[in-house]
Amino acid sequence: MKEIHKKINTISTIHGIERPILRVVSTLLIPFVTLYAVYVQLNGEYSPGGGFQAGVILAAPIILFALFLDAEIMTSVIPMSFLRSMAATGVLTYSSTGLAGIFCGRNFLDYSVFAGSFGQKLGIFLVELGVGMTVFSAMLIIYFSFALRRKK
Amino acid sequence: MIEIVYVVDSLLLLFLLVSALAIARSADLLVVTILLSIFSLLMAAAYLVMDAPDVAITEAAVGAGISTIVLLAAISLTGRYESKRGQNSSNALSFLIVLLMGAGLFYAIQDLPEFGSNDAPVHNQIVAYYIEGTRKFMGFTNVVTAILASFRGYDTLGETAVVLVAAVSVMLLLWDKDERDT
Repeated sequence: MKEIHKKINTISTIHGIERPILRVVSTLLIPFVTLYAVYVQLNGEYSPGGGFQAGVILAAPIILFALFLDAEIMTSVIPMSFLRSMAATGVLTYSSTGLAGIFCGRNFLDYSVFAGSFGQKLGIFLVELGVGMTVFSAMLIIYFSFALRRKK
Repeated sequence: MIEIVYVVDSLLLLFLLVSALAIARSADLLVVTILLSIFSLLMAAAYLVMDAPDVAITEAAVGAGISTIVLLAAISLTGRYESKRGQNSSNALSFLIVLLMGAGLFYAIQDLPEFGSNDAPVHNQIVAYYIEGTRKFMGFTNVVTAILASFRGYDTLGETAVVLVAAVSVMLLLWDKDERDT
């Protein structure tokens, strides 16, 4: 971690050009955007949004960091291998929530098995969490794949 | 008195038309990307006016945000201007195809039900069950979340798998061999 901190402190320029406006505005925006993403993920049952939107909004501040710092520093904070497993885990969470219905003798993706109306809420929470994880890591994977590829 | 919705709608349509024409006219891909982002933001506003905040959030975050960034990253890898080679060869043909497509769409608009009409086919089938069922089965209020995650759970599972496949494909296409283990 210390190494990363040192790296971040030394880099205040992009390609030799200082960008104080981008840095200050991003630093101000990032906490609020992250908080909004968590809100959209957890409150999707009552307000607009859900796992998909939350995943994208949560990926945005990290891409913003990668834009004004450096994509390579961001991948040392959030490694690609972690993102890959997270993308797969999201789909796995979704489908195993569905399979739980089959194991309890009901239909695939029938959440009522858990406990009536609460079961529906729990099932939807798990499913949205899976969607959020997959979308978040897929967006970052796509961005990092482009950003880290060197021009030939 | 004119309703405010019509004023907002006309302004949005005007801005959308202007940005669409500017996108078609410009040869600078960087400018086109930024104009596409503006187009998406205007579309998000249009969805919000049509009372579809879920779609508006998605359009603003994906259309105006992430896809702009990905396009910019792609431009930084390829080049800012289109190559002159082969540019004017099939302009007349493509213009004809676009014209026919547009005419077909305008013809089809006549058969659409009026926006927000109670008699629209989409409002007279299963939607009533969804609206009643959301309160009865789930006990919360956002019908869109209930439909996406529970009533039509199969579809969303497929969509999530599509997102995973997209990420895997981009990784396979763009990842250098020696960096594959990072």
